[in-house]
Amino acid sequence: MELIYEKSVSGRRGARLPNSDVPPASPLPQRLLRAEAARLPELSELDVVRHFTQLSRRNVGVDNAFYPLGSCTMKYNAKAAEEAARFFTGFHPVPALLLGGEPLVQGSLALLHHMGELLEEITGMDAVTCQPLAGAHGEMTGIMLISAYHKAKGNKKKFVIVPDSSHGTNPASAAMAGYEIVTIPTAPYGDMDLDAFKAALNDEVAAVMMTCPNTLGLFNPHIKEICDLAHEAGALVYYDGANLNAILGQVRPGDVGFDVVHVNLHKTFGTPHGGGGPGSGPVGVKAALAPFLPAPRVVKLDDGTFGVADDTRSSIGRVANFFGNFGIIVRAYAYILMLGREGLVGASELAVLNANYVMSRLKDLYDLPYDQTCMHECVFSASRQLAYGVHAIDIAKYLIDQGYHPPTVYFPMIVREAIMIEPTETESKQTLDAFIAVMREAAELAEKDPEALKRAPLTMPVSRLDETKAARGQHVCHLG
Amino acid sequence: MDFAPHTPEEIREMLSAIGVGSIGELFSPIPQALRAKSFDLPPGMSEFEMLDRLKALASRNTDVLPFVGGGYYDHLIPAAVDHLAGRSEFYTAYTPYQPECSQGSLQALYEYQTAICRLTGLDVSNASLYDGGTALAEAALMALRITGRNRLVIDAAVNPFHRAIVKTYLETHPVEVVEVFPEDASTARGALFGEIDDRCAAVLVANPTFLGCVSDYTDLAAKAHENGALLVSAVYPVALGLLKTPGEMDVDIAVGDGQSVGNPLSFGGPAFGFIATKKAYIRNLPGRIVGETDDREGRRGYVLTLQAREQHIKRHKATSNICSNQSLCALRGLIHLSLLGKQGMVELAHQNRDKAEYAKGALTAIRGVTAIAREPSFNEFTLRLPSRAEDAVAALLRRGIAAGVPLAPWYPGSEKDLVITVTEKRSKVEIDRLAQELEKVLWS
Repeated sequence: MELIYEKSVSGRRGARLPNSDVPPASPLPQRLLRAEAARLPELSELDVVRHFTQLSRRNVGVDNAFYPLGSCTMKYNAKAAEEAARFFTGFHPVPALLLGGEPLVQGSLALLHHMGELLEEITGMDAVTCQPLAGAHGEMTGIMLISAYHKAKGNKKKFVIVPDSSHGTNPASAAMAGYEIVTIPTAPYGDMDLDAFKAALNDEVAAVMMTCPNTLGLFNPHIKEICDLAHEAGALVYYDGANLNAILGQVRPGDVGFDVVHVNLHKTFGTPHGGGGPGSGPVGVKAALAPFLPAPRVVKLDDGTFGVADDTRSSIGRVANFFGNFGIIVRAYAYILMLGREGLVGASELAVLNANYVMSRLKDLYDLPYDQTCMHECVFSASRQLAYGVHAIDIAKYLIDQGYHPPTVYFPMIVREAIMIEPTETESKQTLDAFIAVMREAAELAEKDPEALKRAPLTMPVSRLDETKAARGQHVCHLG
Repeated sequence: MDFAPHTPEEIREMLSAIGVGSIGELFSPIPQALRAKSFDLPPGMSEFEMLDRLKALASRNTDVLPFVGGGYYDHLIPAAVDHLAGRSEFYTAYTPYQPECSQGSLQALYEYQTAICRLTGLDVSNASLYDGGTALAEAALMALRITGRNRLVIDAAVNPFHRAIVKTYLETHPVEVVEVFPEDASTARGALFGEIDDRCAAVLVANPTFLGCVSDYTDLAAKAHENGALLVSAVYPVALGLLKTPGEMDVDIAVGDGQSVGNPLSFGGPAFGFIATKKAYIRNLPGRIVGETDDREGRRGYVLTLQAREQHIKRHKATSNICSNQSLCALRGLIHLSLLGKQGMVELAHQNRDKAEYAKGALTAIRGVTAIAREPSFNEFTLRLPSRAEDAVAALLRRGIAAGVPLAPWYPGSEKDLVITVTEKRSKVEIDRLAQELEKVLWS
C-alpha cells in the first residue's frame, strides 16, 4: 500500500484553521527560521480518511479476532470506558499545580484518589501512585523507590535478583536503576529454583523481582517463603503485576509479603493496548516506602476535598510530567466500577478456567514442559512439531490465515519453541473450541504437510517479512 | 456487568473436560494461607450508572480559560483525528509482533517516524516514547552511552517538569549534572558555553525554552562537538512549523512532547514523547523502531526492527527498559499532521505566534507589566508583574482564567514573573479579556 507521502499532491489541503482575528506579528529574524516547510503530506480530508481507514483494515485487534496473546492480557475493551474517558479530555493539568487551582479540578483529583484507594485494596498495599505511564515505567519507578528506601536507611545494596522466566523489562528496569542483575534458573516444576535463590541471597541484595503467577502461567507455592527469606536478608520484594488478572480477589501481593507492586491497567483492567500503547503502570507500596513516592501526589484534605502535594523532599521526584496517563486511568476506573467486587473475582476465575480448558484440550498434541494446573495462561512447546521442521512461528502464521491472532511465541525464553496462550475471561467456549480445532489442525498438518504451515500466511496483505533485511537496511524514514 | 459470556452449563462442560469439579479446584496451587485477607470493593454497576458517576465527577471540575502551557497545550484538533484513531482495529491491537496482521499499525508508525524526521530535520526517529519529559531523560541516558562520559550541562530554561524527570532518572547513575540558570528569562549563553569541556557528555537545551525564548543553537552545537559532547534539544512540534530545525542547527538528539499535535489535554495524559537523532546513533536510540522491508514476493512491508537493543534479547544490557510506546497517541499525531499538511503547519505556527505577540502587546500595555526576555518568543513569553505573580494568577483563577505559570517555584528570584501561553485557539476577545482582568487584579 502506498505511503501517505506518496499520495501527497502539492497544493492539496486537509484541515483549515479559523481565520486569524489578530494582526500578523512582525516576522522573526531569518536566522531563527527553518529554510523550508516540513515536507508533510498534502492531501484532502477524504484522502486522509481513506488512507487511515485502509490502514486500519490491515490490522487485527481484539474487536476483529480472538487475540490469545500470552503475557499481555488482551481482554475485551469495554466501550463504555472509552465513553467515560471523553468527559475529561478538555481539562488542562497545569491549573491543578497553581496556587488556588485545586478547587477547580476536584473531579479529576477525586477520581485519582479513589482509584488509588481501589488499587490499594486490590493489591493489599498501603499507598499508590498513578504517575507511571506504562508497566515497565512502573517497574523502573518501583526499583527507584526501593533504591531510595535503602539509601535512606543507609543500606549498601548492589544486586537485584530475577528468575530466568521473568519479563525482560525486569532486569532492564533494575539495570536502569543502577543495580547488577542476578538471574536464578527455573526448577523442574516451573518455579524459581529455591536452592539457587538461597545461595544468591545476601545482604547486598536490594530486591527480588517476582511475577506470580509467573510467565509459565504457574503460581509459585513457595512465594511466601521467598518473601520471608528476602526480608531476613534485608531485601525488598517486587511484584510484577503483569499477571494480576489471574488472581484478583484470590491473592493480594501485599498480604503475601511483597513490598512494591506495579499494575498494568491495560492488562488487568481492560484498557485498550492501542497497538502498543498508551498503557498505565500505577505502583503500590507498603507504608515504609510511601514517603518516596513520586511527586506530585493527590492527597485528601481534612475538609474532605482533594489537594496536590508537590513536595519532593523525600520523594524520588517526578517520573512523568503530571498525573500519569489520566485518560487511561479513567478507563480502568470505569472498568473497576462496572465489574465491582464480584465481577473482578469472576474475571479471574473465568480467565483461569479458559486457560486450563485450552491447555487440557491441546496437551495431547503439543508438548507441555510444565504440566500443572495453570493460571490464566499456559505455555506449550512446539518441540514435537520441530521434528517435522515446523517451528512455533509457522504455527503462529497458520493461525493468522485461519482468522486468529497468534499466541505469543518464543517467550518465555526458557521454553524451547514456546507457544504461550492466554485466552482471557471474555472469550466464549465456542471461540475457544474453534481455536482449539485450528490448533489441532496445525499439529496434524505439521506431520502431514509441514510446507502448508511454512507457506503461511497467505491471506494477509503481505506474506512473511524479511526481518534481517529491515535490520540491515535501517530504512526507518521515508526519504522520497 | 462483567463482559464474560459463560453460561453455568458451559462452565460445567469445561470443568469436566479439564477433569476438575469446580473452578475453586483450579486455584488449588495457591496455599490457603496466602489467600486474600480482604477484597472490599464496591458492587458492580451498569454502564449507565458508571457513566452517570463519571459525568458527575467531571462536572466537579471547572472549565477555565487556559493561557497556560508547561509542556501541555490547548490546540485545535480536527474531528477526523478522533474518528480515525477511534477505529478499534487500531486501539484494540497490541504491539505489532506479528507484522503480517499488523501492517496498519506498522505502516502508520513508519509514516509517523517519517513525519518526526521531516519536522526535526533529523535522520531517524523511533516509534514514540511516553512523554516529553521521559523522552528528555532517555536522550540524556543515550548521550551518556554514546560518549561514555558522565557530566551533563542543562540549561535551566528547559521545562522544569522535564528537568525533574531527568534528575529522577539519573539519581542512581554516577552523573554530575550542572544546571545553568537563565537571566531575565533568557538563556545565560555565556555561562552555558563556559560549562562545556572535554568531560561533558551533552548539553541539554530547549527551543523555545520554558520561558518562551527562541534561539539558534548552531554555535552551541559547534562548541559541544569541538569538545566531543552532544547537543540535545527539546523542541515543540507546533513551533517547528516555523523555527529553524534541530537538523539545521546540527543538534544530535531532538526530543519533545507530541501532545500538541492531535492529542487532547486529558488532564496531562496520555499523549506521546518523540525522539529523533542522526543516523550514526540509531543503535543507541531507545524504544521501538519500525523499519521497511520486503516479504517473500518482494512486496514492501514494515516490521519492528533493531530489537536486539531492547529487553527482548539483551535484558539487563538493554538500551532502555522501555517496552511499550505510545502508539495510538503517535497515530493521532500523524493523522493530525497529515490533515494540517505542509502548508497548514506553517499557518498554525504563524497563528500561534501572531496571537501571542498580540497578547504580549496587550499585556505589556498594562502599567508596570513588562516582557523581560532579550530573545524573541514563539507562542509563550515571560512577563514581569509589579507584584507577586502567584497572587495575580490565583486571583485570576477565581475569575475563570488560568493566566499563566508563575516561575517562582522553579526559578529563584522570579517571584514577579510568569509565563503566558497563547495558542491558535485563543480568540482576540479572550486575549483582551485576560488583559482587562489582569489590569483589574493588579491595579484596582
